[in-house]
Amino acid sequence: MTDPSPAQRFIDAIPHARALGLQLQEIADGKAVMTMPYAEALIGDPATGVIAGGAVSALMDTCCGAAVMSYPGARGTATLDLRIDYMRAAKPGQRIIARAECFHASRTVAFVRATAHDEDEGLPVATASGAFTMESTTAKPEGKA
Amino acid sequence: MSQRPRPEPVQIIKERRDKALRALVGGIPYIRFLGIRFDRRGDELTAVLPFDEKLIGNPYLPAIHGGVTSAFLEITAMIELSWSGLWEEMEKGTLDPRALDEAHLPRLPKTIDFTVDYLRSGLPRDAYARARVNRSGRRYASVHVEAWQDNRARLFAQATGHFLIPGRAARD
Repeated sequence: MTDPSPAQRFIDAIPHARALGLQLQEIADGKAVMTMPYAEALIGDPATGVIAGGAVSALMDTCCGAAVMSYPGARGTATLDLRIDYMRAAKPGQRIIARAECFHASRTVAFVRATAHDEDEGLPVATASGAFTMESTTAKPEGKA
Repeated sequence: MSQRPRPEPVQIIKERRDKALRALVGGIPYIRFLGIRFDRRGDELTAVLPFDEKLIGNPYLPAIHGGVTSAFLEITAMIELSWSGLWEEMEKGTLDPRALDEAHLPRLPKTIDFTVDYLRSGLPRDAYARARVNRSGRRYASVHVEAWQDNRARLFAQATGHFLIPGRAARD
């Protein structure tokens, strides 16, 4: 694949997402899936080689933002607050996969939750929930189609 | 050696404290990746995040990435918590910072949860943060952290996190 999707081009336009090597796997209708490869520069605990919690939160924040951007009618967004719960250490050497879902949005606020896994799909490495600003294309709420 | 050590020259004390801080911070690759450094005044730490292009999250404004802000706050909270424990042991004389090097770092606290409030967008300028350990028990600690840029009173983000304190004797 030499031609990245418009969504991946959007991610590539974000310098910090590029620095982390983030890849957008899926994005549609308020849901996004994003991966972050393992890198030694991201190690938070040199004794174990485990990725820093901060890098996981950067992945989660970006994935949540992408989910909001793909919500129907969304034009722009910014994080209002984000809570991350860390369940376990990510396994050194494995990539981390974040899945975010914008489960409700008003004209002004979007509510998002997300999970992050390493290559073990059992217990998540972390979960997140947050509120994001919502700039929508519609000035008024749309009638149901 | 059960007696308290005699007062030492100020330069020796400073060097010892700075060495302990360098040992704590210098071994963490992710801190280097973001370019964070810590200024020390006595036991008070201020984390400094110099602006860099790769920290940008919104290239149109431009603004610092929310994830960078969150990571900056979390690192500040975690280092403050480790440092406060280290400081106490150093002052009591139960820890000799000369024994701290890359291979003998204090075990870092583990983040249980971390909640960030984004108050304004992070401008393309240097950012600063200070953390306060509100409670530190035997196992759990609660830490609050504030970040600002040009003006100390105008925070651009704040956060509260809970941390699991590593067993001090678990690893030397």
